[in-house]
Formats: sequence, structure tokens, C-alpha cells
Amino acid sequence: MTTVTSTATSTPEGRTGAISTVAELLSRLGLPSHGRGPTWLTQARHESAEWAITRGFPTLKDEDWKYTRLGPLLDVPFERAAAGADHRISPATVDALTIDVANTRLVFVNGFFAPELSSITELPEGVTVTNLASVLAEGGAVLEPFFAHPFSESDHAFTALNTCLFEDGAFVHLPADTHVTMPIELVYLSEAQGSPVVSAPHSLILAGPGSRVAVIETYAGISGNTTCTNAVTQVVLEEGAHVEHYKIQNELDTGFHLALLDVRLGPDARFSSGSVALGSKIARNEVRVRLEGEGAGVSIDGLYLPRGDQHHDNPVLIEHAAPRCTSRQLYKGIADERGHGVFNGHIIVWPGAEGTDASQTNKNLLLSDHAEIDTRPRLEIFTDDVKCTHGATVGALDEDALFYLRSRGVPHEKARALLTYAFAREVMDLIPSASLRAHVDTLVAGRLATEDGAGGVPL
Amino acid sequence: MMLQIENLHAQIGDNEILRGVNLEVAAGEVHAIMGPNGSGKSTLANVLAGHEAYDITGMVHFENEDLLALSPEDRAAAGLFLAFQHPVEIPGVGNLYFLRMALNSVRRRRGLEELDVMGFLALARERMKLVEMDESFMSRSVNEGFSGGEKKRNEILQMTILEPKLAILDETDSGLDIDALRIVAGGVNALRRPDRAMIVITHHQRLLDYLVPDRVHVMAAGRIVRSGDKDLALELEEHGYADLSQETASDRPASVGATP
Repeated sequence: MTTVTSTATSTPEGRTGAISTVAELLSRLGLPSHGRGPTWLTQARHESAEWAITRGFPTLKDEDWKYTRLGPLLDVPFERAAAGADHRISPATVDALTIDVANTRLVFVNGFFAPELSSITELPEGVTVTNLASVLAEGGAVLEPFFAHPFSESDHAFTALNTCLFEDGAFVHLPADTHVTMPIELVYLSEAQGSPVVSAPHSLILAGPGSRVAVIETYAGISGNTTCTNAVTQVVLEEGAHVEHYKIQNELDTGFHLALLDVRLGPDARFSSGSVALGSKIARNEVRVRLEGEGAGVSIDGLYLPRGDQHHDNPVLIEHAAPRCTSRQLYKGIADERGHGVFNGHIIVWPGAEGTDASQTNKNLLLSDHAEIDTRPRLEIFTDDVKCTHGATVGALDEDALFYLRSRGVPHEKARALLTYAFAREVMDLIPSASLRAHVDTLVAGRLATEDGAGGVPL
Repeated sequence: MMLQIENLHAQIGDNEILRGVNLEVAAGEVHAIMGPNGSGKSTLANVLAGHEAYDITGMVHFENEDLLALSPEDRAAAGLFLAFQHPVEIPGVGNLYFLRMALNSVRRRRGLEELDVMGFLALARERMKLVEMDESFMSRSVNEGFSGGEKKRNEILQMTILEPKLAILDETDSGLDIDALRIVAGGVNALRRPDRAMIVITHHQRLLDYLVPDRVHVMAAGRIVRSGDKDLALELEEHGYADLSQETASDRPASVGATP
């Protein structure tokens, strides 16, 4: 493996589709009607729309978007997903996508809550697990700070558009010291029976002081026309809260997925998150973490497996804004065929964040001459007394290991599959829950399998 | 004749490493190949196992089949085994899983029934005893974090499980203490059979005390420059390879020394 410094090779392309400005897109999609939700939300939607229109769509000239072309997305004549549209999704389909049918699960179809597919098991007293629309229907004052806030440096048209367009999502609230022992599964399904549709789920996880919970988000495409998921999940951890999070992105290969996971941590809080990207034509799995309380810690891991013409972009921003916080990242990419993987990892250590311990590792495997990986680690440090390490590699399969396996009789294709799976395994081994690990392992082993089905699941 | 090598040349780029090797090994025989560093011993082993880094000319017949036309996995299925000098570490691939996959790949191509997990475990346990290997090694990744001696024992374990017709041991003894050497040699000796042959590449006479060879060959500068019986190894131990450099310089025809 050799360390590489990647450079952009692409140039902004002419957009031939129907849409070239945010204003055009918004006028086609239209905002949700004023009748739904409180006044502050209507105001937030309008402010977001104005901001997005002024800001415009990101282009390849934007540092955080330099590898992700939006042309193919803007060419699609999307419509806003309709509420209560008849779907043909059976509970069995959802069962197959969930880790354990006994878990509490909230299912959303094109960004709208589907109670008939959801189930809520018994939860500790005071814990709320519901859909955002039902909280809004009751006034939703608790939500206001999470939508009506100033735009940050890292915001872009799509986060603003989510505020404009979202109708529903999950709402999870844990009062102080409550522990939810069974994972909560949030399943977001995309299905376009007619025209291509955009959905914009927005979920909120509020973990009170000393609380604990595990949340698994699954995004899956069902069938039909092109879909675009523009999702935002916000997680707020108060002092000493522990949240485990995992995300499975398995949209249809024709679909688009633009998502933001936004996390804020108070003192001594712990957040661990993993993700696996399997689907979408173009997927951008953005993670922003802000360590705001002393002694907080995060680990953010990711696995992305672009193949065919898939594009998987992983922008990760970790801000150390308080002393003695730790952050650790391990992202691994496996690009096959003409797949394109991007890791864009940015760590900022703000003044006053002394004692910061940050590490970032990105390793990539290229399985084809036509596959592409771009990796851009960035460190900005404004404090002394910090420990920051980062490393990035891009390489092919280890020829010596390949020869070793073949010399023992393992056929070439099987040996390749076995080594590819082994490369991915390091990230999966970091998943704390055995049942989730097994679920992800099945997805990844199935994806990397050779024709005769030897994915290389270890004994 | 089980293995016939005629005028085998191998090079990487402009660097010619094997310069006309001739060797014949009959079933049931143990051949030792000795020689100084860089003489081409490991290259010969790698070329026989099917390493694709070399440009190769010459002829190698294994049981009357053109070995050079076969892929590494087909050579394994045909009954060839190389115990590597430096076994590679493969993080993320379980030792037991790998071994079962290897054995079943080979068995399938030999027309034998594949072993299920229980059947394989029983076999693996029996063979692990042979090389005094702790069962905890099975759940670890292939060679990952193994000591030098553990890696070599793992090679011999693989050999005892795959039951090759021709085993090539590339400096399996190097880096082993006397106990490990005894264990490794015990595993190898347990495999000696009239229908099985071995090529033992070594720097030291020491291993040959345990594994008494039928023939001893000396390689220098990419050729076999001398061949003899087991006493040749003792002679080399005493005098070193110094005399050989003259033989190499005189460009002595390799085939003379290599004909058994």
C-alpha cells in the first residue's frame, strides 16, 4: 500500500437537465403547506429556502463537493413525495431489512411515517420514541432550536432543502439516566411508483444526561422509478450520555442519497457510529461531529463499496471544541469496476481544546483499473498540546497473500473475494453488537461474493 | 519420475535468477537443496509453486504433466505443496476457515467429497497434535501475530492436512530453536511415504539430521552445481560453499551434477 495525495481530475460539467438553480427546484417541488406545523417552522422553511437560493447548489469548486457531480441528480424531473401515498411494501420486506423484529422500529416510506409497518415495544418510563410529525402536531416547541438556527459554515443547499421539505422523521428522547437496552431501528424506505420522487426525512435523537441508547438507521430502496433521499439526522448527547449509532445505506443503484448525520456532544458523552454504503448511483454520507463538552469521545467508522458506476462520497468533519476530547475514525473503501469512492476527512481543533486526541485512518482497496478513490485528510489545529494522527492508503490486493491462498488450492476468484472480505472485516469487527455485526457481515459478504457464493464468512 | 526439471530459466526483468536448472525427483525420495544466499533456491521453489512474477523458459513435468501450464491452485490440486520461507500474514481470514476452504478446493478438484465443518475439525485436531499446535491458533487470522516458529508449524500443519504428493520446504528450519525444529521435522517425517517426495531447501546440515535425504544438491548462481548423497551435506557443513565459487566461475555444466 502506498500513501497518495489525490487531486481532482473532474471539471464542472454543463447541466443539461431541467434544473439549474435552487429556485427552479423549489418552485417545482413546492414547500409543504402552511397549515402543517407551527409558525416557527414555516418561518424556518422560508429562511432556509431563501438561504439556499442565495447560496445555490454546491459545485465541484466547493472544497467539500469537489468529487461529487450533481448534474445526474439535477437532470431527473423529481417531484416531492406525497403523504399517504399507497405503498406496496409488506411487513415481511421490512422484517428482512431489520436486525431483530423484536426491536422497536419506526418505518418511514418516502419520508412519511408508516405506522402499519412500525412497532414500538415497551420502553423505560419517560422515554419517547415517536415520529416527528406527531410532535409537531402538538406544537413541537421542543423542536424549535433544532430547526430555527443560524446556518453554519458547513451548511449547503441540501441541508437547507431538508429543512424546507421535511414532513416527518423519527423523534427519540431519553430523559436523564434512562437506559434503552434494545436497539431502536429507524427504517427509511424509498419507493417511486410513478414519477421520480424526493424524500426528506429529518430525525432527532436527544439523549439526556447519563442516558444510553443504540439506534440503527437503514435506508433502502424498494423498486420503481428513481428516488432521491435528502436526509438529516441530528443527535444531541448531554453530559455522560452514551449513544451507539449505525447506518446502512442500501438504496436502489439508480437512486440518490444525500444525507447528513449531525452530532453534538456534551461533557464525558460517548458517541460511536459506523456505516456501510452499498447502494445508490450517487451517495453522499456526510458526518459532522462537534465535541462541545470536556472529556467527550467519538468513534466514527465507515465502509463504502462502490461498484458499477456508483459514487460514494464520505465527508467527515470532526470539531474538537472542548478540552481533552477524543475522536477516532476508521474509514475503508473498496472500489470495483468503475466505482468511485471519496473520503474527505476534516478535523478541526479549536482554541482551548487542549489535550485533544484525534486519529483518522482511511484505507482503500482498488479492485479494478477503472475504479477510483480520492482521499483527502485535512487537519486544522489551533491549540498546542494536542495529539493528532492521520493516514491514508490506496492499494490493490496483496499479491503475496493472493499467491499464498492460491498455492493452497484456493481458486483465484475465491482468493480475491476472501482477501477483499478480510479487508472489510476490520471495520465490521468494530461493531459492538453481535447481532448487528452479523447482519452487516451478511450484507457485505453477499456483496463481495464470487459467483459460486463464497463470500468468505469466517467459520 | 515424479518431477522432472530440464534447463529451467527464470528471470524478473533483466535479472536472470535461474540459469538452467536440471533436477529429477522420484516418488519416495527426499532431496535436499543447499547453497549460499541468492543462489536461486527460493526462486526455484516459487517457480515450481506457480508464482507469476517470473518469465520462465524450460520444462517441468510433474507426474508427466506440464506443470508450468498450470495455475498455482491447479498445481496444489495436482499434489504440489510449498511450505513458504516467509509465510504471509493475512489479517481478517480465519486460519480454520482458510484451511477448510483450501482442503475442500483441492478435494473437489481431485474428485473427492468435500468435508463438512465437523469432519474437517476432526481432521484438523488430529493433525494439530502432530505438530503440537494449540487449538487457539485455529480461531486466529492466518499467521497474524504468529511467532516465526508458529508460522513454520502452521505451514507443516497445512501440509499434513493437504497431503501433497510433492512437498517443497523452503528453509522451514531457519529461525527455529531445537525444540521447534524437532516438532517440524516430526511432522514432515510423519508424511514420508513411498508415493510422496520432498524437496528440502536448507542452509544447515542440522535439519538433515532429522530428515535424512536421499540426495543432496548444491545450488549456486542459479544452477545446481553439485549433487551427491547425504555425505555431501556434511562436507558442505565442514567446508562451506567457498569451493563452489570456483566451480561457478568455471561454469561447470549444471546437468553433470544434477543427474542422479
